[in-house]
Amino acid sequence: MRNWFNRKNIVSLLAIVLLYAVVQGLIVFDIMPAFYKLTLILICIYIILSTSLNLINGVTGQFSIGHAGFMAVGAYVSAMVTVLMHGPLLLGLLAGAAVAGLAGLLVGLPTLRLNGDYLAIATLGFGEIVRIIFLNMDIVGGAAGFTLPSKITWTWAFILMVVSVVLIKNFVSSTHGRACISIRENEIAAESMGINTTKYKVMAFTIGAAFAGLAGGIYANYMYIIQPGTFSFLKSFDILVMVVLGGLGSISGGIVGAIVYTLISALLAGIPAWRLVITAVFLVVMMIFRPTGIMGTKEFSLGFLRKKGEKNAASKN
Amino acid sequence: MASITTQIFQQLVNGLSLGSIYALIALGYTMVYGIIKLINFAHGDIMMVGAYSGWFAITALHLPFLPALLFSMVSCALLGVIIERIAYKPLRNASRIAALITAIGVSLFLEYGGMLVLTAQVRTYPPVFPETMYVVGGVYFKYGDIVMLVTSVVLMSLLHFTVQYTKVGKAMRAVSFDQEAALLMGINTNNIISYTFAIGSALAAAAGVLMGVYFNTIDPLMGIIPGLKAFVAAVLGGIGIIPGAMVGGLMLGLVESIVSGLGASTWRDAVAFLILILVLIIKPSGLFGKNVREKV
Repeated sequence: MRNWFNRKNIVSLLAIVLLYAVVQGLIVFDIMPAFYKLTLILICIYIILSTSLNLINGVTGQFSIGHAGFMAVGAYVSAMVTVLMHGPLLLGLLAGAAVAGLAGLLVGLPTLRLNGDYLAIATLGFGEIVRIIFLNMDIVGGAAGFTLPSKITWTWAFILMVVSVVLIKNFVSSTHGRACISIRENEIAAESMGINTTKYKVMAFTIGAAFAGLAGGIYANYMYIIQPGTFSFLKSFDILVMVVLGGLGSISGGIVGAIVYTLISALLAGIPAWRLVITAVFLVVMMIFRPTGIMGTKEFSLGFLRKKGEKNAASKN
Repeated sequence: MASITTQIFQQLVNGLSLGSIYALIALGYTMVYGIIKLINFAHGDIMMVGAYSGWFAITALHLPFLPALLFSMVSCALLGVIIERIAYKPLRNASRIAALITAIGVSLFLEYGGMLVLTAQVRTYPPVFPETMYVVGGVYFKYGDIVMLVTSVVLMSLLHFTVQYTKVGKAMRAVSFDQEAALLMGINTNNIISYTFAIGSALAAAAGVLMGVYFNTIDPLMGIIPGLKAFVAAVLGGIGIIPGAMVGGLMLGLVESIVSGLGASTWRDAVAFLILILVLIIKPSGLFGKNVREKV
């Protein structure tokens, strides 16, 4: 029987609650300017997106660049549920995630047989097809976009973000996660060790897509308006940059990447013309001099908080 | 019934002229992929730069069509080599993902750098061709369409000749076959890779000028969608295979104009990507590709 209330878990929980409380306090007492609040909620959305893409690209070693497509599916489905069917917010978010996961399953089954560049292009094509489908759907407003009330608060965004990260983190450290890592390291070796590589690739892809859909739902229910143009190739690319910036294969790296990239974008918002030029140069320089990202595949952990006995037990397992 | 037949032929003519542009861009993609296994995402944006330098040559330098075409091809060839030397060469031995991300970075840099320098304003291409129309059996041939087709056919034949019968072409084929063996045989692979980028970028520039003439307007983001579609064309024909890119480009052009002709022009781009996914699932090596077994 594992002890869930070890020192490490308690400290993480306290840190999370403290972070939430501080920001919530600043919002409730109206100290925080609206732009900061927007940036914080965007950070939550992007953390979910980058962590879920990290599961596909970093942990399983596949290469998807159509993540915005799943985000669009989640955004539009949740918008349809909450506005057209007057459903509750949580139901809308879950429906968005479920449909996006289903889309991930349908796309993943045939395309995950492809490797490397071909998979990248297939997912890119999928993302564009999704965008064009929503562009041609009159019920969701077509190119003009779809307006909906902003119901997402900091509490919603933060709790969903924490839940997503914990779920993905636990998946990665589970048996299934180990199987995914073995596929990244060497697919042929993994297969010869009896791992059903297709199953685990599709599993990771579906889970990643579902969380992208969840993030899309949060985005749609916060932003007042969603347009097909938002979910273009450029958005997939933004998410990819966050993952690579933080470190492919490192969950905490993906979080750091999402925070850093969103903050950089927010800082450069004053000079929109230069924003993407600077991002592009930064990216090329980064790839040349530190292609592993900020964290590499290392994880930031609170392992040093464990007691000696626990540490030994952990190393024995 | 005659009107339907004419309509079909009209769409065929439109499709071929659009397809020849895709084929020109796809050739650059395929050549670069064949030689260093990199999807050069910046290729569509090099086409955009080509369109702008052609526009500059025509409006500011008052050059006629052919010298303007040559001017833009030469300047883009240089740009292609510079990009290769600065951004791609340091990553020759890095992971594929790093190279791909660099390519996307270069692409963004060209797009938004272009926006910064040239502003987002849409420019109108000056009319370089007379508005003459030739009618053959009810099918309209615009003067510009004919020039476009002829230009692309001439360029493709030149490329075919270069790759098949010259020393550089032979070296290119050797490098794409086995880079290390080519190096051991005394081929300067770095120079050959630069030549490949130069030729591919020059073809993209020609496509850019033709595109400007065809659609009359150019803007800094014009390269994204044709770039992606040309990539689809390259995959359709079998990536890394030069005749495949030509056929793939023409086929994609035809399919698009047929879809538009059926009155579903808003779905045009989706059809292109659907073809891509179908090709990848059914025959990932493309129409002209051979299956290569993976060695363990």
